[in-house]
Amino acid sequence: MRKIYLSYNNIVSSYGFNSAAAVNKIKDEITSLKLVNNKALMPESFYSSLVDKEKLEEEFTGLNSKNAHTTLEKMMILSLSKVISASKIKITERTGLIISTTKGNIDALEINTLHNEGKAYLSELGKAVQTHFGFLKEPLVLSNACVSGVLATSIAKRLIKQDLFDSVFIVSGDLVTKFTVSGFNSFQALSNEPCKPYSKNRTGINIGEVAASILVTKDISNLAPEAVEILGDGTANDANHISGPSRTGEGLVRSVNSALKEANILASDIDYISAHGTATIFNDEMEAIAFNRLQMNKTPLNSLKGYFGHTLGASGLLETIIGMHSMHKNTLFASLGFDEIGVSKTINIIKSTAAKNLTIFLKTASGFGGCNTAAIFKKVKH
Amino acid sequence: MLNGELLYKAPEEESFVDFIKMAYKNLETDYSKFFKMDSLSKLAFLGADVLLKHENVVPEKEENIALVFSNNASSLDTDRKYQKSIEDNANFYPSPAVFVYTLPNICMGEISIKHKLYSENSFFIFENFNPEYLYAYSKGLIEENKAEKVLCGWVNVDEEEYTAFLYLVTKEKTEIPHTIKEINSRF
Repeated sequence: MRKIYLSYNNIVSSYGFNSAAAVNKIKDEITSLKLVNNKALMPESFYSSLVDKEKLEEEFTGLNSKNAHTTLEKMMILSLSKVISASKIKITERTGLIISTTKGNIDALEINTLHNEGKAYLSELGKAVQTHFGFLKEPLVLSNACVSGVLATSIAKRLIKQDLFDSVFIVSGDLVTKFTVSGFNSFQALSNEPCKPYSKNRTGINIGEVAASILVTKDISNLAPEAVEILGDGTANDANHISGPSRTGEGLVRSVNSALKEANILASDIDYISAHGTATIFNDEMEAIAFNRLQMNKTPLNSLKGYFGHTLGASGLLETIIGMHSMHKNTLFASLGFDEIGVSKTINIIKSTAAKNLTIFLKTASGFGGCNTAAIFKKVKH
Repeated sequence: MLNGELLYKAPEEESFVDFIKMAYKNLETDYSKFFKMDSLSKLAFLGADVLLKHENVVPEKEENIALVFSNNASSLDTDRKYQKSIEDNANFYPSPAVFVYTLPNICMGEISIKHKLYSENSFFIFENFNPEYLYAYSKGLIEENKAEKVLCGWVNVDEEEYTAFLYLVTKEKTEIPHTIKEINSRF
């Protein structure tokens, strides 16, 4: 079976407009979460990580796009443009495009929106990105709650294996909007401090925004230095509840087992876990139970939500990209915000950034609708 | 319709709300959680329930049936409803029970809970029905042993326009081959 890789990547975030800008700050344990006071988003101030819209305009103008675009489209196009040019891939019938998002241009539903309400259709978002770059095939827009970003890498791999494409570009993103902020707040899940995943002193989640992109390819000839091979991946439903995770971690356990089986490796072969860690008690507890059932309680683990907040449809891809850089640098990044253990089972949370030889990492995510996705990545030896 | 046979026909001019209520009664679906669902979930749930019952899928067997759904309007029908509840700061009443349905994949969660499907899920949005992607993706799930069967199709609700088209892909040979042409001819 042919090997498939994750290669060139980009992150447009409040750290800056490339992956390195984010990775360099994360290495130094510096968060991008800030106190936001914006009445249009929420009456009270809250912690979030927002892309600098003025700088975005500036950079986007440089792309000389002919069409009018929404903020999210600008973030996505800017992010993807950097990946496409770094990869030097010429777009043909054999080049796919996946858009990973939960809410897309949901701000187009607002009363005083500058956009046509039709922009809220996710296929319109897909078309805007497709048209900008001249992709020949219709994009696959994936909207599968908070697992979308990881699931997108799995779908790209599967479609390449089915010989539909040689390479697939994924771009993921969601905005911080009144829609999402009020929604999570209605669940009483929003924190008024920077989030503290797995901590006894946790105060709930933060919502953040990024656009993250990556190239998935079977072509080994021009891989990025931090490229990884996808060894295996799996998705499983909890079949339990639509808005709360399973108490037993059933779906997460099954998704990891599916990925391990395909990768043909053991739990003990995993050097590092990039977990979901939203900093809600139900999620964190579910993960701790699942990783114990999987006998991964000693494997170093972090949540990156303390750096970006929860970036919804982008989070899984964003965190996969950070994981790739972590492995390339042979460095475990601290699980920011963690102090005292706040889950009932032992897990090995990375307390401070440290050097370690890394070869294989596991990325997991869980979301509304009871979905769980796991993917296992191996460093490519150059 | 199930395998070409009409199960329930709504009177003309009937609203979606009335149609789905009558269909639920006529199909003898007994599931109290049904009434808490949004329109997209109700439609997907009923469609899946009819098909899976016919195929003798019972929760006790915990069959590995993947769900691969697609549509055009995502969860916009409920998104609009939720947006109305937060539009005006003087009249601000966001409800978590509505917010949770502002994701299209929730309907697959509802089906998974009812039929105890601990399986692969993915929800795609296309401009129009796109059998090429559904075909390749479900074929891959079966070939790579990620699923024994795939419940696949299109479930769309956009105000008063609604469509559900679901089909089951299996490993065993049936009289209908799994091809893009066959899928298209039945849509």
